Amino acid sequence: MTTSSLPASTKVKSSAIRNRLSSWLILTIMSLYFLIPLGATFYWSLRGKKDVLGFEAYRKLFADTNFLPSFSQSIVNAVATIFLSLLIVVPTAYWVTLRLPKLRPVVEFITLLPFVIPAVVLVFGIIRLYSSPPLLLTATYNSSRVVLICVYVALSFPYMFRSVDNGLRAIDVKTLTEAAQSLGANWGTILFKVIFPNLRVALLAGALLTFAIVIGELTIALYMAQHTLGPYMADLTRSKVYEPSAMAIVAFAITWAAMGIIDFVGRGASRHAQMSDSD
Amino acid sequence: MRPPRIPIGHWLGVLPFFVFSGLFLIAPTLVLAYRSLEGSEGGLTLANYSQLASDTVLSSYGMSIKISLTTAVLGGLIGFFIAWAVAMGGLPPRFRLITSTFSGVAANFAGVPLASAYVFTLGRVGIITALFKLLGVDLYRSGFSLYSFFGLTLVYLYFQIPLMVLTILPALDGLKREWREAAENLGATSFQYWRHVALPVLTPSILGTMILLFGNAFGAHATAYALTGGLFDLATLLIGRQISGDVLHNPGLGYAVAMGMVFIMAFSILIYSFLQRRSERWLR
Repeated sequence: MTTSSLPASTKVKSSAIRNRLSSWLILTIMSLYFLIPLGATFYWSLRGKKDVLGFEAYRKLFADTNFLPSFSQSIVNAVATIFLSLLIVVPTAYWVTLRLPKLRPVVEFITLLPFVIPAVVLVFGIIRLYSSPPLLLTATYNSSRVVLICVYVALSFPYMFRSVDNGLRAIDVKTLTEAAQSLGANWGTILFKVIFPNLRVALLAGALLTFAIVIGELTIALYMAQHTLGPYMADLTRSKVYEPSAMAIVAFAITWAAMGIIDFVGRGASRHAQMSDSD
Repeated sequence: MRPPRIPIGHWLGVLPFFVFSGLFLIAPTLVLAYRSLEGSEGGLTLANYSQLASDTVLSSYGMSIKISLTTAVLGGLIGFFIAWAVAMGGLPPRFRLITSTFSGVAANFAGVPLASAYVFTLGRVGIITALFKLLGVDLYRSGFSLYSFFGLTLVYLYFQIPLMVLTILPALDGLKREWREAAENLGATSFQYWRHVALPVLTPSILGTMILLFGNAFGAHATAYALTGGLFDLATLLIGRQISGDVLHNPGLGYAVAMGMVFIMAFSILIYSFLQRRSERWLR
């Protein structure tokens, strides 16, 4: 046990009370700062019909002919981004951990690049590089869309790599690999049947974070003239009165769901790890 | 231990990663870098960079830096106090859980929805604006505007503070209990402990995270675009306008403005990783 209660215990107690009071004060003020905008938006979203509180704004939003197409397009983009990113990052993190540790600094440097290159600068470069011959990749809407997804994949590398790397640190990759090899498994089997399942929680975290970022992304989609959720939302704020509030609440709910699942699953996993540690 | 047999794919596992990063991160940036060095009559020159000193560019860079610095320092301080409150303020542990989950959400809530939320709160017809009107105060007549430096700062803090909370919480956990006990046993007051033990250990993390916040605000585009229709005087919005139609009437200068942002971001990330490494000395 500790000796902290020995000297001047009354003084320590009074400072503990002071700490608790100031903590409550900080949290109360900051809750107001963070919750008032959400509350105000929610209130607006209920006023879609004159003089009655109700869900009219949500009904109008979902009935808007442009909403579902752009929403579903963003969902497809996000899912495609996640799959491609997983397919690229898992082998990379695995190889870097197990086979090519010398490459680690290079990979980590590259995963810093999305923070160094602002999105608006990146899309500027993408347009200049791929919108003119000889590399005319943005000639049609769909080819632009493929480029957009590829850019999202590159932007997801930091989050994905960090999640997968943390996941790999938590399991003993080397032993698992050797065990699988001694049983005659080839590299594909090892990756898909041994490593992937052990990384479930890490992969889910990386995937959901990517989803939360891609689903409402504005800047890159906007300048590549894509009809996804981000540009749609920006249009909505200029053209409609009540629907943007409903849209903001829906977007907040999506972000909340993604982050909530990450936390929930992550906590379950760490409890599980602690339990097996104590065995 | 026998090293596992590798097929030709020694490099195959990492190749796609490098190809993607090369095609969609590095090459586009290099194109901008090259074009920024191209003179109007061909040949390589630094003329475009010397024109960065023009009024349009300087004022938007200035505003970007001003907002980023303000929200980094304020967001850093406020975020630190919140993290302190939930980590060591003697509150029930579930507040920490709620705070860190909410921070994860709010830090990723930037963009159009955040801008809308503030329009409905503090815009001309926002709820708080209306409440103030009921109390006899017309916010917009008394100089406040959501579409100003002050307004944008208030909006940016909504994602800056949570980012600080998320990154500084682990650092606070790294403060070892023994240090506090040792300080107390030597008769140190709580203030002395913070002044001479905790803060010196935490300073690299706090500064480093503030720099991270600076970069986060400096490169932000979507929130300000949604709030002001892309017309506010910020470096990212200037680049956006330059993409849509050469507002600077000088393509070369546009590329230089973009590269200037990359240099500032690179510089801040460099300091950040330096400080991060320093803080790892104590906080493991």
